[in-house]
Amino acid sequence: MNSDIKREELLISQLADLLVNDKHVAVGAASPIPGAAALLAKEEAKLNNKRLRVTILHSNKYNNFTDGARELFDCAAQGRIDTFFLGGVQIDGQANINLVGTGTYPKIEKRFPGSFGSALMYFVVPQIILFREEHSPRTLVDQVDFISAPGASDENIYRPGGPKYLITNRALFKFNKDLKKFSLLKLNQNQTIQDIKELTGFKFDISENISDMLNPDTTRLKTLRDKIAPMVSEFYPEFTNRIWGI
Amino acid sequence: MKSFDELSLKEIVNEVKDGCILGVPADYSGVPMEFTKRLIKKGIKDLKLYCLPLTTIQGDMLIGSGCVSEIEAAAVTLGEFGLAPRFSEAVENGSILIKDSTCPALHAQLQATEKSVPFMPLRGVIGSDIQKHRKDWCIIENPMKSSGVLNEPILLLPAVQLDILVFHASCADRNGNIQIGRRRELATLAHASKKVFVTVEKILDTDFFEDELSAATCLPGLYINGISIVKNGAWPCALPGVYPADNKEIKKYSLAAKTKQGFDDYMNQSLFI
Repeated sequence: MNSDIKREELLISQLADLLVNDKHVAVGAASPIPGAAALLAKEEAKLNNKRLRVTILHSNKYNNFTDGARELFDCAAQGRIDTFFLGGVQIDGQANINLVGTGTYPKIEKRFPGSFGSALMYFVVPQIILFREEHSPRTLVDQVDFISAPGASDENIYRPGGPKYLITNRALFKFNKDLKKFSLLKLNQNQTIQDIKELTGFKFDISENISDMLNPDTTRLKTLRDKIAPMVSEFYPEFTNRIWGI
Repeated sequence: MKSFDELSLKEIVNEVKDGCILGVPADYSGVPMEFTKRLIKKGIKDLKLYCLPLTTIQGDMLIGSGCVSEIEAAAVTLGEFGLAPRFSEAVENGSILIKDSTCPALHAQLQATEKSVPFMPLRGVIGSDIQKHRKDWCIIENPMKSSGVLNEPILLLPAVQLDILVFHASCADRNGNIQIGRRRELATLAHASKKVFVTVEKILDTDFFEDELSAATCLPGLYINGISIVKNGAWPCALPGVYPADNKEIKKYSLAAKTKQGFDDYMNQSLFI
Protein backbone atom coordinates (compact mmCIF):
# COMPACT_ATOMS: atom_id res chain seq x y z
CA MET A 1 0.00 0.00 0.00
CA ASN A 2 2.71 2.44 1.02
CA SER A 3 4.68 2.08 -2.18
CA ASP A 4 1.94 3.71 -4.24
CA ILE A 5 1.57 6.75 -2.01
CA LYS A 6 2.20 9.77 -4.16
CA ARG A 7 4.67 12.46 -3.22
CA GLU A 8 1.85 15.03 -3.16
CA GLU A 9 -0.13 12.84 -0.76
CA LEU A 10 2.80 12.65 1.63
CA LEU A 11 3.14 16.45 1.57
CA ILE A 12 -0.61 16.91 2.12
CA SER A 13 -0.41 14.53 5.07
CA GLN A 14 2.63 16.28 6.55
CA LEU A 15 0.97 19.69 6.19
CA ALA A 16 -2.26 18.45 7.77
CA ASP A 17 -0.23 17.50 10.87
CA LEU A 18 0.82 21.14 11.25
CA LEU A 19 -2.80 22.34 11.36
CA VAL A 20 -4.13 20.29 14.29
CA ASN A 21 -4.16 23.17 16.79
CA ASP A 22 -5.78 25.71 14.47
CA LYS A 23 -9.26 27.18 14.52
CA HIS A 24 -9.12 28.90 11.12
CA VAL A 25 -6.85 28.07 8.20
CA ALA A 26 -6.89 30.14 5.01
CA VAL A 27 -5.49 29.11 1.65
CA GLY A 28 -4.58 31.55 -1.10
CA ALA A 29 -3.78 31.41 -4.81
CA ALA A 30 -2.11 28.49 -6.62
CA SER A 31 -2.12 26.20 -3.60
CA PRO A 32 -3.75 22.82 -4.34
CA ILE A 33 -1.59 20.88 -1.85
CA PRO A 34 -2.16 23.30 1.07
CA GLY A 35 -5.85 23.43 0.10
CA ALA A 36 -6.15 19.65 0.26
CA ALA A 37 -4.22 19.58 3.56
CA ALA A 38 -6.54 22.15 5.14
CA LEU A 39 -9.67 20.26 4.08
CA LEU A 40 -8.13 17.00 5.33
CA ALA A 41 -7.31 18.59 8.70
CA LYS A 42 -10.88 19.89 8.90
CA GLU A 43 -12.31 16.44 8.21
CA GLU A 44 -10.06 14.85 10.86
CA ALA A 45 -10.85 17.58 13.39
CA LYS A 46 -14.52 16.60 13.09
CA LEU A 47 -13.65 13.03 14.12
CA ASN A 48 -12.00 14.43 17.25
CA ASN A 49 -15.01 16.60 18.06
CA LYS A 50 -13.07 19.73 17.18
CA ARG A 51 -13.97 22.43 14.71
CA LEU A 52 -11.58 23.77 12.14
CA ARG A 53 -12.75 26.51 9.80
CA VAL A 54 -11.17 26.49 6.35
CA THR A 55 -11.29 29.37 3.89
CA ILE A 56 -10.15 28.64 0.37
CA LEU A 57 -9.91 31.82 -1.59
CA HIS A 58 -10.26 30.33 -5.05
CA SER A 59 -13.32 28.31 -4.16
CA ASN A 60 -16.91 29.48 -4.08
CA LYS A 61 -17.95 26.66 -1.79
CA TYR A 62 -15.14 26.74 0.79
CA ASN A 63 -14.93 30.49 1.11
CA ASN A 64 -16.25 32.17 4.25
CA PHE A 65 -16.05 35.73 3.00
CA THR A 66 -18.82 37.99 1.74
CA ASP A 67 -17.13 41.38 1.81
CA GLY A 68 -15.02 41.00 -1.30
CA ALA A 69 -11.39 40.11 -1.85
CA ARG A 70 -10.18 42.57 0.76
CA GLU A 71 -11.85 40.61 3.57
CA LEU A 72 -9.06 38.00 3.67
CA PHE A 73 -6.55 40.73 4.52
CA ASP A 74 -8.80 42.53 6.97
CA CYS A 75 -9.66 39.22 8.66
CA ALA A 76 -5.98 38.26 8.91
CA ALA A 77 -5.05 41.70 10.27
CA GLN A 78 -7.76 41.25 12.94
CA GLY A 79 -5.98 38.08 14.06
CA ARG A 80 -8.77 35.75 12.96
CA ILE A 81 -6.61 33.49 10.80
CA ASP A 82 -4.19 31.07 12.50
CA THR A 83 -2.38 29.61 9.51
CA PHE A 84 -1.74 30.74 5.95
CA PHE A 85 0.56 29.38 3.25
CA LEU A 86 3.03 31.31 1.16
CA GLY A 87 5.30 30.16 -1.64
CA GLY A 88 8.24 31.70 -3.40
CA VAL A 89 10.25 31.60 -6.58
CA GLN A 90 13.13 31.93 -4.13
CA ILE A 91 13.22 31.52 -0.36
CA ASP A 92 16.37 32.39 1.55
CA GLY A 93 17.98 31.39 4.84
CA GLN A 94 16.42 34.35 6.70
CA ALA A 95 12.98 33.31 5.40
CA ASN A 96 12.72 36.25 3.01
CA ILE A 97 10.48 35.29 0.10
CA ASN A 98 10.57 36.36 -3.52
CA LEU A 99 7.52 35.92 -5.75
CA VAL A 100 8.49 38.52 -8.34
CA GLY A 101 11.42 37.15 -10.32
CA THR A 102 15.14 36.62 -10.65
CA GLY A 103 17.76 39.20 -11.55
CA THR A 104 18.25 42.73 -10.30
CA TYR A 105 14.89 44.49 -9.97
CA PRO A 106 13.52 46.26 -11.97
CA LYS A 107 15.72 44.70 -14.68
CA ILE A 108 14.18 41.29 -14.20
CA GLU A 109 15.68 38.30 -16.01
CA LYS A 110 12.86 35.86 -15.40
CA ARG A 111 9.55 37.36 -14.36
CA PHE A 112 7.06 35.46 -12.18
CA PRO A 113 3.47 36.49 -11.31
CA GLY A 114 4.07 38.87 -8.39
CA SER A 115 3.85 39.21 -4.63
CA PHE A 116 0.09 38.64 -4.17
CA GLY A 117 -0.91 39.42 -0.57
CA SER A 118 2.33 38.14 0.97
CA ALA A 119 3.57 41.56 2.10
CA LEU A 120 0.73 41.82 4.62
CA MET A 121 -0.13 38.18 5.38
CA TYR A 122 3.48 37.40 6.39
CA PHE A 123 3.24 40.09 9.09
CA VAL A 124 -0.12 39.30 10.64
CA VAL A 125 -0.81 35.55 10.48
CA PRO A 126 0.81 33.75 13.47
CA GLN A 127 1.69 30.56 11.62
CA ILE A 128 2.92 31.07 8.08
CA ILE A 129 3.94 27.84 6.38
CA LEU A 130 6.28 28.36 3.46
CA PHE A 131 5.59 25.83 0.76
CA ARG A 132 7.80 25.21 -2.23
CA GLU A 133 7.85 21.80 -3.88
CA GLU A 134 11.13 22.21 -5.74
CA HIS A 135 14.03 21.82 -3.32
CA SER A 136 17.15 22.98 -5.13
CA PRO A 137 19.92 25.58 -4.87
CA ARG A 138 17.97 27.78 -7.29
CA THR A 139 14.82 27.88 -5.13
CA LEU A 140 16.39 27.78 -1.65
CA VAL A 141 19.02 30.50 -1.91
CA ASP A 142 21.41 32.34 0.37
CA GLN A 143 19.77 35.65 -0.45
CA VAL A 144 16.65 36.34 -2.52
CA ASP A 145 16.90 38.68 -5.53
CA PHE A 146 13.75 40.56 -4.49
CA ILE A 147 12.04 40.66 -1.11
CA SER A 148 8.28 40.34 -1.63
CA ALA A 149 7.97 39.96 2.13
CA PRO A 150 10.74 39.88 4.74
CA GLY A 151 11.19 36.93 7.10
CA ALA A 152 11.87 39.17 10.08
CA SER A 153 11.27 42.81 11.02
CA ASP A 154 12.64 45.40 13.42
CA GLU A 155 11.21 45.51 16.95
CA ASN A 156 9.14 48.65 16.32
CA ILE A 157 7.28 47.13 13.37
CA TYR A 158 3.84 45.70 14.15
CA ARG A 159 4.33 42.01 13.50
CA PRO A 160 2.31 39.40 15.36
CA GLY A 161 2.87 36.93 12.51
CA GLY A 162 5.66 35.34 10.54
CA PRO A 163 7.31 32.17 9.25
CA LYS A 164 7.01 28.99 11.30
CA TYR A 165 7.80 26.18 8.84
CA LEU A 166 9.21 25.59 5.37
CA ILE A 167 8.20 22.43 3.56
CA THR A 168 9.57 21.13 0.26
CA ASN A 169 9.26 17.80 -1.52
CA ARG A 170 12.40 16.69 0.33
CA ALA A 171 12.27 18.14 3.82
CA LEU A 172 10.50 20.07 6.57
CA PHE A 173 12.31 22.93 8.32
CA LYS A 174 11.26 24.89 11.39
CA PHE A 175 12.13 28.60 11.50
CA ASN A 176 13.83 29.94 14.61
CA LYS A 177 12.69 33.57 14.96
CA ASP A 178 15.43 34.56 17.42
CA LEU A 179 18.30 33.10 15.41
CA LYS A 180 16.62 34.05 12.08
CA LYS A 181 17.58 30.64 10.83
CA PHE A 182 15.94 27.40 9.67
CA SER A 183 16.43 24.10 11.44
CA LEU A 184 15.99 20.78 9.60
CA LEU A 185 13.16 18.88 11.32
CA LYS A 186 12.03 16.07 9.00
CA LEU A 187 13.31 14.30 5.94
CA ASN A 188 11.24 12.89 3.14
CA GLN A 189 11.96 9.15 2.78
CA ASN A 190 15.14 8.32 0.86
CA GLN A 191 16.72 11.70 1.69
CA THR A 192 19.82 12.06 3.84
CA ILE A 193 21.04 15.11 5.72
CA GLN A 194 23.90 15.23 3.25
CA ASP A 195 21.49 15.31 0.30
CA ILE A 196 19.64 18.20 1.86
CA LYS A 197 22.85 20.11 2.54
CA GLU A 198 23.88 19.78 -1.09
CA LEU A 199 20.48 20.84 -2.42
CA THR A 200 19.95 23.82 -0.13
CA GLY A 201 21.48 27.17 -1.03
CA PHE A 202 21.47 28.46 2.54
CA LYS A 203 22.99 27.27 5.81
CA PHE A 204 20.66 25.70 8.36
CA ASP A 205 20.75 24.00 11.74
CA ILE A 206 19.80 20.39 12.31
CA SER A 207 17.16 19.66 14.91
CA GLU A 208 18.01 17.29 17.76
CA ASN A 209 14.70 15.56 17.07
CA ILE A 210 15.19 15.07 13.34
CA SER A 211 13.04 12.28 11.92
CA ASP A 212 11.47 10.99 8.72
CA MET A 213 8.15 12.29 7.41
CA LEU A 214 5.52 9.66 8.12
CA ASN A 215 3.38 8.24 5.37
CA PRO A 216 -0.34 8.79 5.87
CA ASP A 217 -1.94 5.72 7.47
CA THR A 218 -4.64 3.76 5.65
CA THR A 219 -7.51 5.69 7.22
CA ARG A 220 -6.05 9.07 6.35
CA LEU A 221 -5.20 7.99 2.83
CA LYS A 222 -8.74 6.73 2.30
CA THR A 223 -10.21 10.01 3.60
CA LEU A 224 -7.89 11.96 1.32
CA ARG A 225 -8.64 9.97 -1.81
CA ASP A 226 -12.33 9.30 -1.34
CA LYS A 227 -13.50 12.45 0.35
CA ILE A 228 -11.00 15.29 -0.02
CA ALA A 229 -9.92 14.78 -3.63
CA PRO A 230 -13.43 15.39 -5.06
CA MET A 231 -13.71 18.52 -2.91
CA VAL A 232 -10.41 19.87 -4.25
CA SER A 233 -11.49 19.21 -7.82
CA GLU A 234 -14.02 22.03 -7.51
CA PHE A 235 -11.27 24.64 -7.36
CA TYR A 236 -8.14 22.86 -8.67
CA PRO A 237 -9.44 20.58 -11.43
CA GLU A 238 -6.11 20.36 -13.27
CA PHE A 239 -4.31 19.21 -10.11
CA THR A 240 -6.86 16.58 -9.07
CA ASN A 241 -6.94 15.23 -12.58
CA ARG A 242 -3.16 14.84 -12.58
CA ILE A 243 -2.87 13.27 -9.11
CA TRP A 244 -6.02 11.24 -8.73
CA GLY A 245 -7.40 11.06 -12.25
CA ILE A 246 -10.68 12.72 -11.34
CA MET B 1 -39.96 48.55 -18.79
CA LYS B 2 -36.37 49.76 -18.36
CA SER B 3 -35.47 53.01 -16.66
CA PHE B 4 -32.15 53.21 -18.50
CA ASP B 5 -30.95 53.05 -22.09
CA GLU B 6 -29.15 49.89 -23.00
CA LEU B 7 -25.84 50.43 -24.79
CA SER B 8 -24.22 48.35 -27.49
CA LEU B 9 -20.87 46.76 -26.71
CA LYS B 10 -19.36 49.05 -29.34
CA GLU B 11 -20.58 52.11 -27.44
CA ILE B 12 -18.92 50.83 -24.26
CA VAL B 13 -15.67 50.11 -26.12
CA ASN B 14 -15.73 53.65 -27.50
CA GLU B 15 -15.85 55.07 -23.97
CA VAL B 16 -12.33 53.73 -23.34
CA LYS B 17 -9.78 56.31 -24.42
CA ASP B 18 -6.08 55.87 -25.17
CA GLY B 19 -3.96 56.50 -22.08
CA CYS B 20 -6.72 56.03 -19.49
CA ILE B 21 -6.54 54.15 -16.20
CA LEU B 22 -8.71 51.07 -16.64
CA GLY B 23 -9.95 49.07 -13.64
CA VAL B 24 -9.38 45.33 -14.06
CA PRO B 25 -11.30 42.78 -11.97
CA ALA B 26 -9.69 39.54 -10.76
CA ASP B 27 -10.51 36.23 -12.42
CA TYR B 28 -13.10 35.45 -9.73
CA SER B 29 -15.14 38.61 -10.15
CA GLY B 30 -16.52 38.77 -13.67
CA VAL B 31 -13.86 39.37 -16.32
CA PRO B 32 -15.30 41.24 -19.34
CA MET B 33 -13.55 39.13 -21.98
CA GLU B 34 -15.81 39.89 -24.93
CA PHE B 35 -15.36 43.59 -24.24
CA THR B 36 -11.58 43.07 -23.94
CA LYS B 37 -11.38 41.41 -27.35
CA ARG B 38 -13.33 44.27 -28.94
CA LEU B 39 -11.03 46.75 -27.24
CA ILE B 40 -8.00 44.99 -28.70
CA LYS B 41 -9.64 44.90 -32.12
CA LYS B 42 -10.21 48.64 -31.89
CA GLY B 43 -6.45 49.10 -31.39
CA ILE B 44 -6.54 50.89 -28.04
CA LYS B 45 -3.14 52.21 -26.91
CA ASP B 46 -1.23 53.21 -23.79
CA LEU B 47 -3.70 51.75 -21.27
CA LYS B 48 -2.77 51.88 -17.61
CA LEU B 49 -4.24 48.78 -15.99
CA TYR B 50 -5.15 48.89 -12.32
CA CYS B 51 -5.81 45.33 -11.19
CA LEU B 52 -7.82 44.48 -8.10
CA PRO B 53 -5.70 42.77 -7.17
CA LEU B 54 -4.56 40.59 -10.06
CA THR B 55 -5.32 39.75 -13.66
CA THR B 56 -5.14 36.59 -15.72
CA ILE B 57 -5.85 36.13 -19.42
CA GLN B 58 -7.46 39.59 -19.77
CA GLY B 59 -4.29 41.46 -18.80
CA ASP B 60 -2.03 39.06 -20.67
CA MET B 61 -4.03 39.50 -23.91
CA LEU B 62 -4.06 43.28 -23.64
CA ILE B 63 -0.31 43.36 -22.97
CA GLY B 64 0.46 40.88 -25.76
CA SER B 65 -1.58 43.02 -28.17
CA GLY B 66 0.48 46.11 -27.36
CA CYS B 67 -2.41 47.97 -25.70
CA VAL B 68 -0.73 48.56 -22.33
CA SER B 69 2.02 50.91 -21.21
CA GLU B 70 1.68 50.46 -17.46
CA ILE B 71 0.20 47.96 -15.02
CA GLU B 72 -0.28 48.12 -11.27
CA ALA B 73 -0.96 44.68 -9.82
CA ALA B 74 -0.16 42.17 -7.11
CA ALA B 75 0.13 39.40 -9.69
CA VAL B 76 -0.37 38.55 -13.33
CA THR B 77 -0.77 34.81 -13.80
CA LEU B 78 -2.72 32.16 -15.67
CA GLY B 79 -3.31 30.38 -12.36
CA GLU B 80 -3.21 26.61 -12.76
CA PHE B 81 -1.97 27.09 -16.32
CA GLY B 82 1.24 28.77 -15.30
CA LEU B 83 2.89 32.10 -15.95
CA ALA B 84 1.22 34.80 -18.02
CA PRO B 85 3.66 34.57 -20.95
CA ARG B 86 2.99 37.88 -22.71
CA PHE B 87 3.19 39.76 -19.40
CA SER B 88 6.43 38.07 -18.33
CA GLU B 89 8.10 38.77 -21.66
CA ALA B 90 6.95 42.41 -21.71
CA VAL B 91 8.40 42.98 -18.23
CA GLU B 92 11.63 41.17 -19.06
CA ASN B 93 12.23 43.27 -22.19
CA GLY B 94 11.08 46.47 -20.51
CA SER B 95 8.25 47.24 -22.93
CA ILE B 96 5.76 47.89 -20.10
CA LEU B 97 6.13 49.49 -16.69
CA ILE B 98 5.03 47.31 -13.80
CA LYS B 99 4.16 48.98 -10.52
CA ASP B 100 4.57 45.97 -8.26
CA SER B 101 2.14 46.01 -5.37
CA THR B 102 0.48 43.67 -2.89
CA CYS B 103 -3.24 42.80 -2.72
CA PRO B 104 -4.23 44.77 0.42
CA ALA B 105 -2.45 47.89 -0.88
CA LEU B 106 -4.42 47.77 -4.13
CA HIS B 107 -7.63 47.53 -2.12
CA ALA B 108 -6.61 50.30 0.29
CA GLN B 109 -5.73 52.78 -2.49
CA LEU B 110 -9.22 52.44 -3.92
CA GLN B 111 -10.80 52.55 -0.47
CA ALA B 112 -9.14 55.94 0.01
CA THR B 113 -10.85 57.16 -3.17
CA GLU B 114 -14.16 55.65 -1.99
CA LYS B 115 -13.95 57.85 1.08
CA SER B 116 -12.46 60.78 -0.80
CA VAL B 117 -9.49 60.96 1.55
CA PRO B 118 -5.99 61.51 0.11
CA PHE B 119 -4.35 58.38 1.49
CA MET B 120 -4.89 55.22 3.46
CA PRO B 121 -2.55 53.61 6.01
CA LEU B 122 -1.67 49.93 5.86
CA ARG B 123 0.32 47.66 8.15
CA GLY B 124 2.87 45.13 6.97
CA VAL B 125 4.77 45.73 3.71
CA ILE B 126 7.55 47.78 5.38
CA GLY B 127 10.97 46.27 4.74
CA SER B 128 9.88 44.61 1.48
CA ASP B 129 11.40 45.54 -1.87
CA ILE B 130 7.87 46.35 -3.05
CA GLN B 131 7.81 49.25 -0.62
CA LYS B 132 11.40 50.26 -1.43
CA HIS B 133 10.60 50.66 -5.13
CA ARG B 134 7.29 52.49 -4.71
CA LYS B 135 8.30 56.15 -4.67
CA ASP B 136 4.61 57.13 -4.54
CA TRP B 137 4.27 55.47 -1.11
CA CYS B 138 5.58 56.93 2.11
CA ILE B 139 6.21 55.93 5.70
CA ILE B 140 5.39 58.06 8.71
CA GLU B 141 5.47 57.43 12.43
CA ASN B 142 2.03 56.56 13.79
CA PRO B 143 0.84 60.03 14.87
CA MET B 144 -1.93 58.55 17.08
CA LYS B 145 0.54 56.75 19.36
CA SER B 146 -2.27 54.20 19.63
CA SER B 147 -0.60 50.93 18.81
CA GLY B 148 1.33 50.27 22.00
CA VAL B 149 4.45 49.94 19.84
CA LEU B 150 6.84 52.82 20.42
CA ASN B 151 7.61 54.90 17.31
CA GLU B 152 5.69 52.54 15.06
CA PRO B 153 6.38 53.28 11.39
CA ILE B 154 3.26 53.03 9.24
CA LEU B 155 2.88 52.92 5.48
CA LEU B 156 0.70 55.49 3.67
CA LEU B 157 -0.72 54.74 0.24
CA PRO B 158 -2.12 57.38 -2.13
CA ALA B 159 -5.77 57.39 -3.19
CA VAL B 160 -6.08 56.10 -6.75
CA GLN B 161 -8.82 57.38 -9.05
CA LEU B 162 -9.72 55.08 -11.92
CA ASP B 163 -10.90 56.64 -15.19
CA ILE B 164 -13.07 53.74 -16.24
CA LEU B 165 -14.16 50.34 -15.03
CA VAL B 166 -15.71 47.61 -17.15
CA PHE B 167 -16.78 44.26 -15.73
CA HIS B 168 -19.14 41.41 -16.59
CA ALA B 169 -22.02 40.34 -14.36
CA SER B 170 -24.86 37.85 -14.44
CA CYS B 171 -27.76 40.31 -14.59
CA ALA B 172 -29.14 43.80 -14.18
CA ASP B 173 -32.65 44.69 -13.06
CA ARG B 174 -34.98 47.10 -14.90
CA ASN B 175 -33.56 50.03 -12.93
CA GLY B 176 -29.98 49.31 -13.88
CA ASN B 177 -28.89 47.78 -10.58
CA ILE B 178 -26.28 45.07 -11.08
CA GLN B 179 -26.21 41.73 -9.29
CA ILE B 180 -22.65 41.14 -8.02
CA GLY B 181 -23.31 38.52 -5.33
CA ARG B 182 -20.48 38.34 -2.82
CA ARG B 183 -17.96 39.97 -5.18
CA ARG B 184 -17.92 43.21 -3.23
CA GLU B 185 -14.53 44.21 -4.66
CA LEU B 186 -16.52 45.18 -7.75
CA ALA B 187 -18.28 47.78 -5.61
CA THR B 188 -14.92 49.08 -4.39
CA LEU B 189 -13.73 49.36 -8.00
CA ALA B 190 -16.95 51.09 -9.06
CA HIS B 191 -16.89 53.60 -6.19
CA ALA B 192 -13.35 54.59 -7.17
CA SER B 193 -13.99 54.95 -10.90
CA LYS B 194 -15.15 58.04 -12.80
CA LYS B 195 -17.15 55.89 -15.22
CA VAL B 196 -18.49 52.37 -14.86
CA PHE B 197 -19.82 50.13 -17.64
CA VAL B 198 -21.13 46.62 -17.21
CA THR B 199 -21.77 43.81 -19.66
CA VAL B 200 -24.44 41.38 -18.42
CA GLU B 201 -25.86 38.02 -19.44
CA LYS B 202 -29.40 39.37 -19.16
CA ILE B 203 -31.66 42.17 -17.95
CA LEU B 204 -34.48 41.05 -15.66
CA ASP B 205 -37.86 42.74 -15.42
CA THR B 206 -37.60 43.03 -11.66
CA ASP B 207 -36.40 45.40 -8.94
CA PHE B 208 -33.57 44.05 -6.77
CA PHE B 209 -34.49 46.52 -4.02
CA GLU B 210 -37.88 44.87 -3.47
CA ASP B 211 -36.15 41.99 -1.69
CA GLU B 212 -33.62 42.26 1.15
CA LEU B 213 -31.47 39.43 -0.20
CA SER B 214 -31.11 40.72 -3.74
CA ALA B 215 -30.76 44.32 -2.49
CA ALA B 216 -27.78 43.32 -0.34
CA THR B 217 -25.95 41.68 -3.21
CA CYS B 218 -26.42 44.33 -5.87
CA LEU B 219 -24.37 47.29 -6.98
CA PRO B 220 -26.80 50.23 -7.17
CA GLY B 221 -27.40 51.74 -10.58
CA LEU B 222 -26.30 55.15 -9.31
CA TYR B 223 -22.70 54.07 -9.90
CA ILE B 224 -23.36 52.72 -13.40
CA ASN B 225 -22.98 54.71 -16.63
CA GLY B 226 -24.05 52.05 -19.06
CA ILE B 227 -25.11 48.43 -19.49
CA SER B 228 -24.92 46.12 -22.48
CA ILE B 229 -26.21 42.57 -22.85
CA VAL B 230 -23.35 40.29 -23.89
CA LYS B 231 -24.05 36.55 -23.71
CA ASN B 232 -21.13 34.50 -22.40
CA GLY B 233 -19.34 37.80 -21.91
CA ALA B 234 -16.76 36.37 -19.50
CA TRP B 235 -15.77 33.37 -21.66
CA PRO B 236 -13.32 31.68 -21.33
CA CYS B 237 -13.15 33.01 -17.76
CA ALA B 238 -15.75 31.93 -15.21
CA LEU B 239 -18.81 33.90 -14.27
CA PRO B 240 -19.13 32.91 -10.59
CA GLY B 241 -22.39 31.15 -9.86
CA VAL B 242 -23.39 31.11 -13.53
CA TYR B 243 -20.76 29.22 -15.54
CA PRO B 244 -17.31 27.79 -14.84
CA ALA B 245 -14.09 28.73 -16.60
CA ASP B 246 -13.43 26.98 -19.90
CA ASN B 247 -10.16 25.44 -18.74
CA LYS B 248 -9.56 23.77 -22.08
CA GLU B 249 -9.56 27.15 -23.81
CA ILE B 250 -7.38 28.82 -21.17
CA LYS B 251 -4.90 25.96 -21.47
CA LYS B 252 -4.95 26.37 -25.26
CA TYR B 253 -4.21 30.05 -24.82
CA SER B 254 -1.43 29.39 -22.28
CA LEU B 255 0.34 27.11 -24.76
CA ALA B 256 -0.16 29.37 -27.78
CA ALA B 257 0.96 32.54 -25.96
CA LYS B 258 4.33 31.07 -25.03
CA THR B 259 5.66 32.62 -28.24
CA LYS B 260 4.81 35.92 -29.91
CA GLN B 261 3.93 34.12 -33.13
CA GLY B 262 1.70 31.63 -31.30
CA PHE B 263 -0.04 34.49 -29.52
CA ASP B 264 -0.61 36.42 -32.76
CA ASP B 265 -2.07 33.36 -34.45
CA TYR B 266 -4.36 32.71 -31.49
CA MET B 267 -5.56 36.31 -31.40
CA ASN B 268 -6.13 36.44 -35.16
CA GLN B 269 -8.29 33.36 -34.91
CA SER B 270 -10.23 34.47 -31.86
CA LEU B 271 -10.79 38.06 -32.99
CA PHE B 272 -11.60 37.60 -36.65
CA ILE B 273 -13.60 34.40 -37.03
